[in-house]
Amino acid sequence: MNAPTDPTSLERAEKLQGMGCKRKRVEDVRFTQGRGNYVDDIKLPGMLHGDFHRSSHAHARVLKIDTSKAKAVPGVVAVLTAEDLKGVNLAWMPTLAGDVQMVLADGKVLYQNQEIAFVVATDRYIAADAADLVEVEYEDLPVVVDPFKAMAPDAPVLREDLKDKMDGAHGPRKHYNHIFNWQVGDKDLTDAAFAKAEVATKDLLVYQRVHPCPLETCQCLVSFSKITGEITIYGTFQAPHVIRTVVALISGLPEQKIHVISPDIGGGFGNKVGAYPGYICAAVASIVTGLPVKWVEDRIENLSTTSFARDYHMTTEIAATRDGKVTALRVHILADHGAFDACADPSKWPAGFSNIVTGSYDFPVAHLSVDGVYTNKAPGGVAYRCSFRVTEVAYAIERAMDIMAQKLGLDPVDFRMKNFIKREQFPYHSALGWEYDSGDYHTAMQKALDATGYRKLREEQKARQDAFKRGETREIMGVGVAFFTEIVGAGPSKNCDILGIAMFDSAEIRIHPTGRVLGRMGSKSQGQGHETTWAQIIATEIGIPADDIAIEEGNTDTAPYGLGTYGSRSTPVTGAAIAMAARKIKAKAQMIAAYLLEVHEGDLEWDVDRFRVKGNPEQFKTMAQLAWAAYNKVPPGMEPGLEAVSYYDPPNMTYPFGAYVCVMDIDVDTGVHKVRRFYALDDCGTRINPMIIEGQVHGGCTEGYAIAMGQEIFYDEDGNVKGASFMDYFLPTAVETPHWETDYTVTPSPHHPIGAKGVGESPNVGSVPCFANAVNDAFKFLGSTHMAMPHDAYRVWQAAENLGLHR
Amino acid sequence: MSKCNVSVTVNGKSVSAEVESRTLLIHYLRENLGLTGSHIGCDTSHCGACTVDIDGKSVKSCTIFALQAQGAQILTIEGMAGADGKLHALQEAFREMHGLQCGYCTPGMIMRAHRLLQENPNPSEAEIRMGISGNLCRCTGYQNIVKAIQYAAAKLNGVDYKEAAE
Repeated sequence: MNAPTDPTSLERAEKLQGMGCKRKRVEDVRFTQGRGNYVDDIKLPGMLHGDFHRSSHAHARVLKIDTSKAKAVPGVVAVLTAEDLKGVNLAWMPTLAGDVQMVLADGKVLYQNQEIAFVVATDRYIAADAADLVEVEYEDLPVVVDPFKAMAPDAPVLREDLKDKMDGAHGPRKHYNHIFNWQVGDKDLTDAAFAKAEVATKDLLVYQRVHPCPLETCQCLVSFSKITGEITIYGTFQAPHVIRTVVALISGLPEQKIHVISPDIGGGFGNKVGAYPGYICAAVASIVTGLPVKWVEDRIENLSTTSFARDYHMTTEIAATRDGKVTALRVHILADHGAFDACADPSKWPAGFSNIVTGSYDFPVAHLSVDGVYTNKAPGGVAYRCSFRVTEVAYAIERAMDIMAQKLGLDPVDFRMKNFIKREQFPYHSALGWEYDSGDYHTAMQKALDATGYRKLREEQKARQDAFKRGETREIMGVGVAFFTEIVGAGPSKNCDILGIAMFDSAEIRIHPTGRVLGRMGSKSQGQGHETTWAQIIATEIGIPADDIAIEEGNTDTAPYGLGTYGSRSTPVTGAAIAMAARKIKAKAQMIAAYLLEVHEGDLEWDVDRFRVKGNPEQFKTMAQLAWAAYNKVPPGMEPGLEAVSYYDPPNMTYPFGAYVCVMDIDVDTGVHKVRRFYALDDCGTRINPMIIEGQVHGGCTEGYAIAMGQEIFYDEDGNVKGASFMDYFLPTAVETPHWETDYTVTPSPHHPIGAKGVGESPNVGSVPCFANAVNDAFKFLGSTHMAMPHDAYRVWQAAENLGLHR
Repeated sequence: MSKCNVSVTVNGKSVSAEVESRTLLIHYLRENLGLTGSHIGCDTSHCGACTVDIDGKSVKSCTIFALQAQGAQILTIEGMAGADGKLHALQEAFREMHGLQCGYCTPGMIMRAHRLLQENPNPSEAEIRMGISGNLCRCTGYQNIVKAIQYAAAKLNGVDYKEAAE
């Protein structure tokens, strides 16, 4: 694309509000006035409400379910149990990971708060009352919550339905509580490198179980018409088209009679990718009653049942030379998947893209092995604001690099700089099979060091350590550094699909005769601001002001088929589809322009919003003029109209990266920390809207802060889920949340039509190890090597206690 | 379940509805009056998505019964813009400073900010952060919400907004 040169071009370009400008958000006009349209805002005539009776036990046989008292409550229309669902073959449902999952408890329960009965009533209060009146007789079974005990020879059998089926969806199973083993890399070469390693580290790095916890919980409203046989499902779906296909496959209803609509969504962060029992029960209830049925989970249900994230136990080994060059990486991950394998990964990737574990470093050889196991915990395994399992392994490699630097006596930044993949090595083929598209790590790291005055910080830290040793202060100082490489934009059809559907995405652009535009996409915003940014891409590509472009997503009847929004895939995949569709429109418009101006197409050049005759800029047709002409004056033989659809199958993933620095002070007597500074440099390639990028980084860092410093969905030995309400689950308020400094470099993706890589999740990936490294860095001089997350005040105090700092 | 009549003034309009005595105010507003701008995020009074203004105080409307608001003056997000459709300074400020993303916490956040600025027309950043600490946001990291409130405060005070240096 020619850059605009003359002042009028520049002026016209500015008016478009296209790519690169801080366009204010279109969505905010309704959101700031309380006129958003979320699922629970929708009311249909005769609507019923559903609510669950849930298991109080983590592992028990269900001997008897008595629904008579619940059914006797006035206003109760139906009470469903697994027995009822068996009649429609829906007591179990398939998961995205190739497993099956109980919709309602069938013979036993496998985790606390598991769904047992679904009560349908005329009012949500009545439904809740009656759900309490369902009576269940249990026979307790031994509970396994520790994934390291799941595969013990005498471990209780969790999944009796799979007990004798030793061939799983991802290959052979070693034990009745084993789900899969997944390996990548060259084991022999890696083992050989470790055998002759000058220095090696080996650490168990645990990324605790957490939950994405969007402010709006998961919910749906299902309306089945017995007359037409059509079903309409409003839901909090990050991937509405996938939900429609899943409904078609498991219900047998014809797909054209299934209408899935995602209205405004109050945050997703991965929580709203999967299909949950509430959706199935509401659908069955609507089919049975012929009335609309709404299901809205409460917060405790959300945190304890509809998915989880992480729960990765990563034994991480690095081999290096004495002078600090890494020679090999060996990682074993024990993945706790809970009671059913319902991980939301592309189907061929049982451990997601965890083979990005080599990170930003040039490891000559590496080997990764992942074992998934069942435990008595909620199923899920979603990507909580990250690409599939990327943030887990980013934590592992970034912690491990710090630990190795400590062992070598090197500064963690110098050690990283020495091992970064160099700019000239891109496209870079990693030891675990990825082709990194582009990067300039040294430049980004250096910019971060300069911006934060890193070397000075180290001097200050040294002075503080000396003062601490002299007993002049009880506050220690940590400087955390993390350099992450993400892998997003799933994904190329050659290796990415969900239930057999390739992970392309789509855009349809229609230019109306008056030069106004309607764009529809297969993605689905949950706060990312697609209505704003997608219009910016179109504006720049075809020269029509963004304000004249309306964007629609989420209605499967009108939007082209897409795989939805998660894993930072919207900009890399949908954003590319938008550019490609816009270019088809531009190509047709050029033909029309040539016809109208009576010149050859090749004699025209594009200038911001018009085609003009080369060497004669006064001879031009604007895109608005061409839009009108497309409906009345097209060249002979050309179809009228001006619209295009693109289904974009990306040739590769994109690899955003970033350098984060955190300065933290910790009081060793209370364990209380204070984040003095947090600096986040992100390189997401071409930047579409810097204001939105900055907002994404603020939000992702805040989530990362919460995870590193306090979040945990914890289970006690009896399988009681602790911390599943806002009493205990740490969501930082404005008071705890640090101030964020953002910065950037721009290394465009060479294979993406506009060079963009995606950014929504980078800050979660990068900030968690950065905070963890800051805490660990603070204690390093006292002989500590690794403390486990989350670093809440109690745990930090405990660590200080264990180091003898309170004596 | 016993029923009762709850009459209140919402956004300047007298309204009444027959509800069960246990009906929470948030459900009364959303279900009976159709004012769906206020949201439910937690059921335990932590998140503040349901915050409305009652007789000059910020109240989490999931925490009280509708009956407890009998006769009260209630202001919700739907009543913030002028009758002519002109946005309130806070509504404009949240858009201007990118103080929202998914929009779910926004109505409660704006209602809380509105009361905060009534109580303290010129709050410092620390006072704003403390003042909105009963309202959770999962998207923005609060930084731009703080800026939006500062922007609105300046505008309401008739002075130019100056962004604090990073």
